Order: sequence, then C-alpha cells, then structure tokens
Amino acid sequence: MERIPILQMGDFLLVTIQVDMHDQLALTLQDDLSERISRTSARGVLIDISALDMVDSFIGRMIGTISGLSKIMDAQTVLVGMQPAVAITLVELGLTLPGVSTALNVERGMKLLQERVRNQ
Amino acid sequence: MAALQSSTLDALKKNQPQLLVEWTHGLETSGAARNIKEQDLKQQTSDFLQLIVSGLENGNGQNITTPGWEEIRQFLEKLSHSRALLGQDSQQTASFIFSLKGPLFALLQNHYQDSPALLAEQLWEISELLDALGMHVIRTFQKSREAVIKRQQEELLELSTPVVKLWDGVLALPMIGTLDSQRTQVVMESLLQRIVDTGSEIAIIDITGVPTVDTLVAQHLLKTVTAIRLMGADCIISGVRPQIAQTIVHLGLDLQGVVTKANLADALKLALTRLGLTVSKAD
Amino acid sequence: MTVRSSGTHPIHIEQDVVLARQLARKLAQECGMRLIDLTKLVTAVSELARNTMVYGGGGDMDWQILDESPRTGLRLVFRDEGPGIPDVKLAMTDGWTSGSGLGLGLTGAKRLVNEFELDTAPGKGTRITITRWT
Repeated sequence: MERIPILQMGDFLLVTIQVDMHDQLALTLQDDLSERISRTSARGVLIDISALDMVDSFIGRMIGTISGLSKIMDAQTVLVGMQPAVAITLVELGLTLPGVSTALNVERGMKLLQERVRNQ
Repeated sequence: MAALQSSTLDALKKNQPQLLVEWTHGLETSGAARNIKEQDLKQQTSDFLQLIVSGLENGNGQNITTPGWEEIRQFLEKLSHSRALLGQDSQQTASFIFSLKGPLFALLQNHYQDSPALLAEQLWEISELLDALGMHVIRTFQKSREAVIKRQQEELLELSTPVVKLWDGVLALPMIGTLDSQRTQVVMESLLQRIVDTGSEIAIIDITGVPTVDTLVAQHLLKTVTAIRLMGADCIISGVRPQIAQTIVHLGLDLQGVVTKANLADALKLALTRLGLTVSKAD
Repeated sequence: MTVRSSGTHPIHIEQDVVLARQLARKLAQECGMRLIDLTKLVTAVSELARNTMVYGGGGDMDWQILDESPRTGLRLVFRDEGPGIPDVKLAMTDGWTSGSGLGLGLTGAKRLVNEFELDTAPGKGTRITITRWT
C-alpha cells in the first residue's frame, strides 16, 4: 500500500505531501503520524503542502485532526506552504483551520516549531 | 412569407467567384477591411458565402436561430470576436455582411430580369436573411467588446494598485478610491501571490484612501486576512478612519483579532517590532 | 450557447474521486479558466464527487464544455441513484464546519461555482449540476 513518507529531523517530524491523495491515503497518513509521534516522542510536526494545488474539506479536516491529535500527544503542528489559490478557496469554503499554526515555508516553519517547543 | 427560390440558390452557387470578387472590392473601398490580412479576408469571405449556401440548402428557411444555421452562427461569433480584438467597431464588423448585399442584388437583378415581381420578392428574402445575420454579428460583437473591456479593467486595477515592499518581509497594499467587489478580489489575489513570491511575513493593507467600506467590501477584506493567515503570514489594516470604524461596529463585523492602525506609519512600526527590528538614530 | 464537447466519468471507488478532480482540472484548463477559478471548481468537484460515492452509493459525473462566446463554461452533473437527500434545508447548512463530520458540504461547494442546482428527493436519487464560467 502506498504511504506518504514521514521524515524524522531531530525532535520533529516532516511530512511533505506531493501527491493528489485519495481519502484512504489521507487517513493512513493520519494513523502513521500519530503512531510515529507516539513512538518517537516527537515534539513537533511540520506538514508541507507547497506542492498541493488543491485542498478540499476532507484534507482540511485531516489536517485539523492531525493538529488536534499531536497536541494531545504533546507535539506542536505547523502547516507550511499553502498556495494562494488554495487559501482563497478554503476561505470561500468556510474552512479556516482554527487552532492550526501556519508558516510560509519549511524554514520558517521549523523556526516556529523550535520557538514553540522552547517556550513550553 | 415566400421563401428563397431554389433558382436563387443555384444562381448563388454558380456565381460564387464573381460575388467574392465584388464583395471583397466593396469591403476594401469602404475601409471595413483595414488591418485585416488579405489572406484572412479571402478565407473569411469564401467561408461565409459557402456557409450561406449550405445553410440555405439545409432547408431551414431564413430563421437563423434554427440548428441548420448553427455553423454560420459560430463562424460569425468567431469573426466578431476576432474583429473586436483588432479594435474594430460594430459598424465595421457588421458591414462585413452588409457589403454583400450590393453584389447579391446585382446578381439577382440580372438573374430575374424578366420577372420583376419575383425579383422584388427574392431581393426582400435575401435582404431579410442578411439583416438577421448582421444583427447576430452586432449582438455578438457587443458581448465580445464587453468582455475585452472587463479584462482591460482588471489589468488596469492590478496596475493601479501596486503592492509595495516597505522592508524585507513587509509588504504594503495602498488601496485608493472606492472598493468594489470585483476590484477588491483582483487586487487581493495579487497581494497573496506577492506574499508567496517575496516570502514576506507581514502585509499591511492601507485603506486611508478609501472613502467608504460596505459589508461586502469588509467581508472581502476579512476573507483576504484569513487567507493570508492560512498561508502563514499576517496582516495589519491601516488607515482606519473614525467613519469606517463606526461602519464596522455598526455592521457588527467581527475583525477576528486583526490589528488595525490609524495610519501606515504606525502599522510599519508594529510590523518592524514584530520582526524584531528597531530603528535608531545614527548617533 | 453551444456544447463544444461532453463526456461522462464513473464515480464508484475512491480512486474515481481523484480521477474526477484531475479530469475537471484538465477540462477547466481547456476552457482557459484562471487559476483561482480553476482551483475553486476542482475543489467543488472533489466535494461533490465524494458525496456521490459516499452518500449516493456511487454514480456518474457528466461534463460539458459550453461555448457562449466570448465566455466558455464547464458544466458538471453529479448524479446517483442513492437514497436522495431527505432534508434539503439541513443539507444546505454548514454542518461540517463544526467539525462533526456530518453535513454534505453543499453550501461550501455552492460558493465555489457560478451556478448550482440541486435536484433530489427521498428514494429518487440525487442530481447536482454546477457550472463555472471563464
């Protein structure tokens, strides 16, 4: 079964979504991430969606769920690289991802995660 | 109403080359062919005449809204669109069709010279047909022009509301004049793109030059702020005058924690602070 | 207005939803749609195709490219022979934004397109027609 790879970078996990995901793949990612966070005691998760030219309500909810799950497991989540057209569409859909932190790119996202973890 | 006789149709078919020569000549002298490449004009006139012949052959009479005339309608729509792009006005475009009347009438006069009653009737029928086609061209032309104007307006909007880089990581969008829904959307989209292109974390939308803000515009502004945050940047709205502040409260709009500043200078100060920068005198 | 081209695409399994999105994207590009309008349309297609599969028990997506010079349009019909939507009013509320996972996201999809038509009744299946113009 295909899976989205999860990279470990120190205390953080990096997920780069580059494929047009079908629902099952998204759910698998959710499961894989929670399992990895738990196993590695990761302090942060960076989700890079700069390659996604569409995010619908299903993926949006998946991101929200991952963010919630991580928090429960004492990890911060930062979403990076959302494209302008995607952002405008999500707002129009009424999906504003409350409680999900965002950053412009992976570099800034990492910095944000490090700050957050430091401040805890 | 009588119909076009099959002998008229035959005369048309037999004399196509002659008609084309006279028609093209008429177009050139009237100036309707200016800026049109000779090759293109030749193709267009020949195609059009052929389409009239096939349209009449399909036996749908002169009602050009029927499916039998589908091809010629599409041809005219394409023609109309291309002429609009060339900057021709509707008169010049319609005269493409109306200039065909002259040569056609001459042909029919010749063909029916022994039957004046039939001539009169056929002239009327062919005239009706060309008029209907001409009206179709004019209608389509209008729509094309409107679309061109709309696109030009959009481009003008983008140009007239430039996104300015105030500092590394700080963009400003000074909005001037009345904000209508369409304008706001176009402008906001370019701001979002600039944020990504420059990697700027803070965007200042300055509405000092905006006299009034209504619900729709306020909603657009808020949508833009939300989109900016989703992308990972933040937004400050500056130039909020007392009247606008009143309108916002009055309309019960929730600014959702967007920071507003009275002027651009204050907004810049805040942006720099957020970025961890300070401005100091060079002793 | 004329139909430049048309076709249909089945929606029965999960992968069909992805394929439907990709097809919609290709068609929208053919129409010459701007990126932002295209993105909105493809997102709406994703929502509606998923609904057809999940709630409608599978169905089809019919598409048409419409020529209304100077504008071009993409019309899509999502139809299924499923249970139909019993309470249209409820379906048209933003149920899922509360995070409950319920609600069919129809109002959201409606905001992403220019024309939206819902034709449904309990036991009669569902038919949703959306159109986006350039």
